[in-house]
Amino acid sequence: MKLIIRKAYWSYEKEEAWLNEMSGKGLALCDYSWCKYTFDDAEKGEYIYRIELLDKTVDHEKSRKYIEFVESTGAEFVASYMRWVYFRKKAADGPFDLFSDIDSKIKHNTRIYVFWLMLAVMEFSVVTLNFVMGFLYNLTLHLILSVPLALFGVLFLSISLRSLCKLRTLKKERRVRE
Amino acid sequence: MPESTERGALTEAVFYILLSLFAPMHGYGIMQNVNTLTGGRMSLGAGTLYGAISTLKNKGLIALHKDNERKKEYIITPLGKTAVAAEIERLVELTENGRRIIGGADA
Repeated sequence: MKLIIRKAYWSYEKEEAWLNEMSGKGLALCDYSWCKYTFDDAEKGEYIYRIELLDKTVDHEKSRKYIEFVESTGAEFVASYMRWVYFRKKAADGPFDLFSDIDSKIKHNTRIYVFWLMLAVMEFSVVTLNFVMGFLYNLTLHLILSVPLALFGVLFLSISLRSLCKLRTLKKERRVRE
Repeated sequence: MPESTERGALTEAVFYILLSLFAPMHGYGIMQNVNTLTGGRMSLGAGTLYGAISTLKNKGLIALHKDNERKKEYIITPLGKTAVAAEIERLVELTENGRRIIGGADA
C-alpha cells in the first residue's frame, strides 16, 4: 500500500535520518517530488537511505554516469529533485555510506553550503527589486510581498550558515586525521 | 628513495584503491576488495571512490583497462606503482619509529 506524506526539510541530514526511521518501521521511500514523499511497504529496516546533492542536474551526462556508477555498487537510485538524489541499499548488504572520508565529505558539504547561499542571494535580490519597485511606483502589494520573501531569504541564509559551521568542523578534523 | 616531485602521504582510501588495482578491477570490485583486505574495517563510499578514481586517472596513477557495457575496469600504471612503493617506504618508517619509541612488540 502506498503512503503519501507531505513534509518540508531544511536539513538533508535530518531528512535522511527520518527516511531511515521510516524504513525501520517498514515504510520505504519509493518516490519524491517537492515536499511529497511516497512510501511503499517493505520489510522493517530493509533499506538504508542516503541523500546527495549532485554537482549537475540529474539529466546531465556527468550525473547520469555517476548514478550508474553508484547503482553498479549495489545501490538503487530511488528519486531525484533538481540536483538532489535519493539512493537506497539493502541493509543486509552491509553499511551504506556515499562518503567515507573527510575530504569527500568536505566536498559534498561545500556544494550544499553554496546551494543554500545561492538561494539566499537570489531571494534577497528578488526582495530588493520588489521593494524598490513597490516604493517607486507606490505598489502596496509589492511592499507587502517583500516581507515573506525576505523571511525565506533569512531562512536560506541561516541554513547556509549552518552548513558553513559543519564545513568548518570537518576542516578542523581534517587537520588531525583523514 | 624514489624520485618524486609530489611528496606527501597518500590517503588511506587512495592507498587501498591503488593496491587493489594491481589486478584489473571495476568499482564495486575495489569496494569489496578493500573491505576484505581491511577485515571489514574500511568500507569505501561509492561517492568517495568515484571521486578518487577520476582524480587518480587524471594524475595518471591508474588507467582504464576495459570498458564493457556499464562497468569500467581500471588498472594501476607504472607511475601508480611507484607511488605505492614510496608510500610503503614511508609507512615502514612510520611504524619503525613508532615502535622504537613507544616500544612495540618487535622493539
